[in-house]
Amino acid sequence: MANYEIHEHDILVIGAGGAGLRAAIEASAKGVSVGLVCKSLLGKAHTVMAEGGIAAALANVDSRDNWEVHFRDTMIGGKMLNNWRMAQIHAQEAPECVRELEQWGAVFDRTKEGKILQRAFGGHTYKRLCHVGDRTGLELIRTLQDKGVHQGIDVYMECTVTKILKDGDKVSGAFGYFREDGRYVLFKAKAIILATGGVGRSYLVTSNSWEYTGDGHALAYDAGADLIDMEFVQFHPTGMVWPPGVRGILVTEAVRGEGGILRNSKGERFMFKYLPEATRADYAADETEAKKWLEDTLSGRLKTEYKRPPELSTRDNVARAIYTEVKEGRGTEHGGVYLDISYQNAERVKKKLPSMYHQFKELADVDITQTPMEVGPTMHYIMGGIRVNADTAETRVPGLFAAGECSGGMHGSNRLGGNSLSDLIVFGRRAGRGAVDYTHKLGSAPQISESQITEAIEELEIPFKRQDGINPNDLVKELHTIMGTYVGIFREEKDLQTGIEKLEELKKKFKLVKANGTKVFNPGWHLCRDLKNMLISSEAIARSALSRKESRGAHSRLDYPKTDDSLGNENTSVSKDGETMKLEKTPLNKMPDDLKELFAKKEPAHA
Amino acid sequence: MREATLKVFRGTDYETGEFKTYKVPVEDGMVVLDAIHYIQKEIDPDVAVRWNCKAAKCGSCSAEVNGKPALMCKTRMDHFASDTEIQVQPLKTFPLVKDLVTNVAWNYEVNKKITPFTPAKDADWTFFQEDIERVQEFRKCIECFLCQDVCHVLRDHNRKDAFIGPRFLVRTAGLEMHPLDKANRIESLKDHGGIGFCNITKCCTEVCPEDIHITDNAIIPLKERVVDEFYDPVMMLLKKIFGKKQK
Amino acid sequence: MNQTKSALAPQKPLSTERRDIWWLEPALVAIGFGLFIIYATWRAFENNFYEIGPYLSPFYSPKIVLDWWKFSPALLILWVPAGFRATCYYYRKAYYRAYFLSPPACGVGGINALGLSQGKKYCGESTFPLVIQNIHRYMLYLAIAVLGFLWYDAILACIWQNQLRIGVGSIIFIANCLFLSAYTFGCHVFRHLVGGKLDCFSCSQTAKTQFSLWEAVTKFNEHHMFWAWVSLFSVAITDFYVRLIASHSISDLTLIGPPL
Ligand code: SF4
Ligand code: SF4
Ligand code: FES
Ligand code: FES
Repeated sequence: MANYEIHEHDILVIGAGGAGLRAAIEASAKGVSVGLVCKSLLGKAHTVMAEGGIAAALANVDSRDNWEVHFRDTMIGGKMLNNWRMAQIHAQEAPECVRELEQWGAVFDRTKEGKILQRAFGGHTYKRLCHVGDRTGLELIRTLQDKGVHQGIDVYMECTVTKILKDGDKVSGAFGYFREDGRYVLFKAKAIILATGGVGRSYLVTSNSWEYTGDGHALAYDAGADLIDMEFVQFHPTGMVWPPGVRGILVTEAVRGEGGILRNSKGERFMFKYLPEATRADYAADETEAKKWLEDTLSGRLKTEYKRPPELSTRDNVARAIYTEVKEGRGTEHGGVYLDISYQNAERVKKKLPSMYHQFKELADVDITQTPMEVGPTMHYIMGGIRVNADTAETRVPGLFAAGECSGGMHGSNRLGGNSLSDLIVFGRRAGRGAVDYTHKLGSAPQISESQITEAIEELEIPFKRQDGINPNDLVKELHTIMGTYVGIFREEKDLQTGIEKLEELKKKFKLVKANGTKVFNPGWHLCRDLKNMLISSEAIARSALSRKESRGAHSRLDYPKTDDSLGNENTSVSKDGETMKLEKTPLNKMPDDLKELFAKKEPAHA
Repeated sequence: MREATLKVFRGTDYETGEFKTYKVPVEDGMVVLDAIHYIQKEIDPDVAVRWNCKAAKCGSCSAEVNGKPALMCKTRMDHFASDTEIQVQPLKTFPLVKDLVTNVAWNYEVNKKITPFTPAKDADWTFFQEDIERVQEFRKCIECFLCQDVCHVLRDHNRKDAFIGPRFLVRTAGLEMHPLDKANRIESLKDHGGIGFCNITKCCTEVCPEDIHITDNAIIPLKERVVDEFYDPVMMLLKKIFGKKQK
Repeated sequence: MNQTKSALAPQKPLSTERRDIWWLEPALVAIGFGLFIIYATWRAFENNFYEIGPYLSPFYSPKIVLDWWKFSPALLILWVPAGFRATCYYYRKAYYRAYFLSPPACGVGGINALGLSQGKKYCGESTFPLVIQNIHRYMLYLAIAVLGFLWYDAILACIWQNQLRIGVGSIIFIANCLFLSAYTFGCHVFRHLVGGKLDCFSCSQTAKTQFSLWEAVTKFNEHHMFWAWVSLFSVAITDFYVRLIASHSISDLTLIGPPL
């Protein structure tokens, strides 16, 4: 039997992005012992890639903003499928969480009055995104990291958790390995907070890093939690499309927030065509009005009476629009559309979008102050995830909590840009508190079961024993083809069924993956285990997508192009049932009347 | 299709490890990290490399390419003449783990010792863009540790015992120049930080992928603050007489 | 952590995997400084051809005449600009690299130059002798005084027989002073003293003024290396020009006013 080292904490946080760090800080501030595990080095989490900003109704720039408007924007953006309570908590607590960041040393861009500056973003009625140029995520991570390391949190870097251990139905710990040398590790913990992010690596064209293999989704699923709304996968409308090596890398929405214009290869500003009837009135009627809005924005005027340009429609819309333009033959040379900011003053562009400027300059030889960028949709975010209690972030497994991208419900069927960073800090904090309360209430410490550990070790060892097995990288390639072809932006019954069949085959092949070499920093071996998580989350996406027979938010069905109101009050939920995936439809929580009224109110209307 | 030849360091220590040669097909706009990924996918799945963002934003993929510390995801293959070999090896300043991965834990230890941001209790959190422009430059740092790697104090003289390195001078500068920070890190900068070990030869600035003017904007201003407090008799006297200025 | 793996890569002086001509820059710097130092030393000791008409060589300005001083008057003043430049942050970088190979270039194995005080361990500027570099601000004060004299000389270089007279030399003198000012007022210490030492630029009216000053100095400071070289050459050229006229090798062309 391989041996393993043991660490003991009251609370173990898995994932050190924004949500994980925020949760760890909250918990340790309350005096419990906290361990923080991350697959990469500390501070490298995918949160650093978030560029545009943090949405919070501070009303620094537009005094008409408040949490109610933010709440309403979020719900409308999510096509009312959101967990209303999460959306409410989020809108209410985001401003406080942002101020907290500032007090911990985050240095946001300032207004002329010396307050936090906010910018416009898709789907947000008012200028709401607190930002630092276009590297807001980095600022958030660094702030939390520096706060965290001075609080006595034990950080376990480059460590992958492969199994949640339970005592009866309660969480008792986690098992995993250190990537550096493959040594095994057991964490004893009374509560576990999952903050592992998303599932992007299941897709070929994605803005996500290698870490995004749906670990939290799969760990929770295996531990008995249920995943909701997994059909809602957000394709960010603007990823780089060229050169091939950078395909999928994010081009921040802030480009459009700062006035970037989308055109097809014929030079048409096509977004006007794609505004859905329901929200058309909230956007500029024509180029002239869009131009006026921009002039007001550029002149630093805080409020403007003009309506936003159509490029600032919600992400699901813009992604579909771009996809359609390209498909119908109006795409660019490399299969994208043009995003143009070059008509603005070059110095301003460099100041406001420095990392975009460098990204294009260095990776694509394009000077965005001179020429338009080529962009196309890229898999970016999953709205679905582990079902949690809105107030405590607890899953249905006692002692298991989840926050951030791996949790579900907050964003409904489509997430607004900027709501992700705020989600992380709001619910990271909630999860930290929730977990602490749980451990206080918990009587005796739960017991670790040796047999669960043996299983976990077995699972990790076995790829080394299959000398003529399959290279896991080959299976990943197959997975990419399946997800890209059958479970992409536009979906159809037939395709989804084929996709699911193919995934089943892939699951069989997965039983044959092999690893070469030793356990010392061996990415091939690591992938053998991560692949399992990718398969679970991919299957959840495909099955959920098949079950939702309508188009809503990010889920677009060619065979059911309309939104079906009768399906708007149920979530899709998947959970583990022996060896199969069980799919259920569960009713949405009922929104209280006072919140419902917000949607009837005319004022303040989308400006 | 054009092919490139890569010599990649393989092994878990410098005595037994060696450079292994790989042929990799080159696509338009390819970067060195793409080539390493190609090797992982098609040839040796166990090549160890760190990466995350592939967009020069996370600072994971630091290595030395043809002897120069660089981010692999930012180093274009077409940067090199097609008939030459490209040599890729791990950061020399840190202990080797395997292949292109080194143990950078020391940096995290150093970071812990820096006095964190300490605002006044009653701060009103109004400050202006001009107050923070300097600080924002320092906060661009992605902790790639390329500057730590290239700094001769750490690289050639291995004075990790006495010198915190440019990355953490940058961090300290970001704290010291924050308009609302009240802590004083100048003494510890001189004694524990070892700012005097830096001889401002600017290699850190040369390699910084975020174009932070590490030496000019962070280290030298800090050195001058140290002079104010510890080397300039007139300033020291003035401080004695008028008391320490409220920051 | 696994101890067997804690070995560091071997690093030998001057060893590198760099493939570019990394030695070119330090070599050029070494030659450039070398030539200047040789020229300046020769001229300082020459004690001749430094003054003619309205022109006084910058090497000899301000001219200090002391009865008991038997050597060149240049030696009484040259230590100021020499000391100023020797402790300048840019020059330090340049000569640590070019002359002390500490390090010769980035990623090239360096040696422990001047590691005198603590045996063989590298201590950089934290101990004697290099800790003395911290007097740079005093050198700045003196250098500003000398620069004042040079401006005074430059103005005198435009006056001959109580009339305005502009010759090629006058223009060289003025240009030299402009370059020297761009160098001197782009000094890192100056940048620190005028405003860089503040943490808050908006907190008071004085702070706001200091901020504008700091911004202006920063403009020059960003190109400090450039001004360091330009002004180095311009001083040498100015002196050489004076020597050419004073030794009657050429004569100064008059553009405006009475001839020399
Ligand atoms: S300037 Fe200083 S900190 Fe930077 S590399 Fe040189 S010695 Fe190291
Ligand atoms: S200062 Fe620059 S080189 Fe140093 S760690 Fe930060 S980003 Fe990297
Ligand atoms: S992979 Fe993030 S910096 Fe290269
Ligand atoms: S730093 Fe160069 S003159 Fe002061």
